[in-house]
Amino acid sequence: MKSHESALQVRGLTKRFDRLAVDALDLTVRSGEFYALVGPNGAGKTTTLRMVAGLLRPDAGTVAVFGRDALADPVAAKQMMAWVSDEPMIYDKLTPLEYLEFVAGLWGIGPATSEPAAHDLLVSLGLEPHLHERCEGFSKGMRQKVALAGALVHDPRLIILDEPLTGLDAVSARHVKGLLGDRVRAGCTVIMTTHILEVAERMADRIGVIAAGRLVAEGTLAELRQQNGHHDTSLEDLFIALVNVEAAAA
Amino acid sequence: MSSAAALSWFARHEIRLAWREWLAMMTGGRRKRTRAVIGLIIFAAIMHLPAYAVIGRFSDLRAPLDKSSLIVMTATIALAWALMLSQAIESVTRVFYARADLDLIISSPARLENVFSIRIAAIALSVIAMALLFSTPFVDILVIGGGIRWFAAYGVVVAVGLSAAAVAIAVTVLLFRLIGPSRTRLVAQILAAIIGAGFVIALQIAAILSYGTLSRFAVLTSDAAAAIAPDIDSIVWWPARAVLGDGKALLLLLGGGLVLLGAVMTIFAGRFADTAALASTNARPNRQGSRARAFRAGSRQQALRRKEFVLLGRDPWLMSQTLMQLLYLVPPAVMLWRSFSDSGLAIVLVTPVIVMAAGQLAGGLAWLTISGEDAADLVATAPLKPSRVIRAKIEVVLITIAVIFAPLVAALLFASPLQATVTALGIMIAAASATAIQLWFRVQAKRSQFRRRQTSSRLATFAEAFSSIGWAATAALALAAPIVAFISGLMTLGIVAATWKLSPRRD
Repeated sequence: MKSHESALQVRGLTKRFDRLAVDALDLTVRSGEFYALVGPNGAGKTTTLRMVAGLLRPDAGTVAVFGRDALADPVAAKQMMAWVSDEPMIYDKLTPLEYLEFVAGLWGIGPATSEPAAHDLLVSLGLEPHLHERCEGFSKGMRQKVALAGALVHDPRLIILDEPLTGLDAVSARHVKGLLGDRVRAGCTVIMTTHILEVAERMADRIGVIAAGRLVAEGTLAELRQQNGHHDTSLEDLFIALVNVEAAAA
Repeated sequence: MSSAAALSWFARHEIRLAWREWLAMMTGGRRKRTRAVIGLIIFAAIMHLPAYAVIGRFSDLRAPLDKSSLIVMTATIALAWALMLSQAIESVTRVFYARADLDLIISSPARLENVFSIRIAAIALSVIAMALLFSTPFVDILVIGGGIRWFAAYGVVVAVGLSAAAVAIAVTVLLFRLIGPSRTRLVAQILAAIIGAGFVIALQIAAILSYGTLSRFAVLTSDAAAAIAPDIDSIVWWPARAVLGDGKALLLLLGGGLVLLGAVMTIFAGRFADTAALASTNARPNRQGSRARAFRAGSRQQALRRKEFVLLGRDPWLMSQTLMQLLYLVPPAVMLWRSFSDSGLAIVLVTPVIVMAAGQLAGGLAWLTISGEDAADLVATAPLKPSRVIRAKIEVVLITIAVIFAPLVAALLFASPLQATVTALGIMIAAASATAIQLWFRVQAKRSQFRRRQTSSRLATFAEAFSSIGWAATAALALAAPIVAFISGLMTLGIVAATWKLSPRRD
């Protein structure tokens, strides 16, 4: 069941590197929603989410996570959030269980809760045979699963994922999608960037299309079709049409 | 492309890679390389001054030399050989494990024996180039003071480099065959560290045990060493004679080095290819961690500290680096032990060595914990203030330093409580200064980039070294001349303060 409370509210978010990466972006994601952010390479998706996660300081704008000002009180906002990047950052010299113990410790989750949760998560992601092996020998897919388990072990209310399916085989991708779907059904909010439009089409409650640092379209797939007068088209066709219009306007 | 043309093309490719790797290491990967190269040349020019201080008085030496002089010269060449061997072992290990092109080379239709023969030659070339670079100021000083006959020393450097590269390749490939790819990486790193430092340390220990001094020259110039050394005509003295301008000895050495490297290339090129292929598939074994240990409760900072301690304990680079620092502590420890039966002024020398080692080790540890964060995003998105993260990491460095150095200070307490107190203070201040410098110049990096930490900021590297030397000198002076120690301490504090002032600004 979707609540009307905002899990994430971004207003006027701006970031400039050599060029303007995010341009006064407004974005609202409702609690309990699966939100997919799609856009061409360099559109500003990752920069936006890195600012939301507290990894980058915006030049201007506000970020609120469940009503908390994430820029004024980052610790409170981070307590409710989890971030998974496309390049899994884990410790080669730790085992998956040791990694999850560390993550749980960072989020202040006691062992009585975190230990069974860690075990269940790793088993559900197919990592049971590797629980006590150091991550240094893991494939990229296995590392991504460990990173994802780390993001879920502290039971966040908002999960932000940047291209989480990169490098995963079909079975692993299905595992991950299933796990994220379960979390959303349990009331968690998921924001995910992806280049796999089929995933956005099938999993997301709403889709935001970002181009040149601005949100150029947003809504359910049906709403996007209606807004743009492309009835019965796939998200891929719709996406290309939207991005081309934006490129022509630029 | 003919076979010869293909080989020559691959040789050019290897030389280009070696040159760029070397340049990146020397310039810290900066884009303005011309400026960096000019800086290096100026540095090399300045290095002629200390070279003059060390070796200038020997430029008049001529053959025939007495046994003591031959022993000192041969020992110096042996030390250079050990250092080159250490560097060559590291280079070979890097080729096996770190080069990203092994898959491409092995899957190409080129004859692997030929390709790896060239790679072996490139390793030898890079070892020799580095040795020539470091020896140039010394040889120049000898040539300026004693004439062109000293140019022969360059030939000896080349010959020594050829044999060091040959032995390094043979040792590493044999290690690989004996103990497998996963253990070879660690063992080779530790071996390189021990070989690099071991020779000097062994001489120092012998000097302490025999003469109660840290000076290795006491052993080399002793009557006992002269008595057991071979006759003047022995082959053992060829390198020393070649340095002095004996053309025949030099030609024989160069020929011997080339034959040795050629033999290694012939015997090991094929095995080198197999070994490289094995390393590329087995470089990351699935090693077991601790089994069935329950999750532990604790604060967020405790979780961070625990993680840092586990990672430090499982870090082969750190092990080899720590081992090297600890090896340098062996001579003062032996001197300390000896002082219980024979108290003398020489024991004062223990303090600066310990303080210097503490500063250097703290710098390495601080880089690993503060800059070398493999999951930087995870830690940055965790719900705790950055200052608390930094504090937990600094605590890990200081606790580790305390654990390593406490036994030495405790032992010193029995010999001299005042010296123990000064040493403990010196350790704390040197470790805190080195940690602070690493904190001010922190950069986000992978732990595996530890080798390049000294090239990422030249200023931080020099500041860390000068701070450790300064605090070591201050501690020694505090025991001998307290007023001078006060001045030395103020100067070192000035270096640390200036480093802080020059460090990059942060939010």
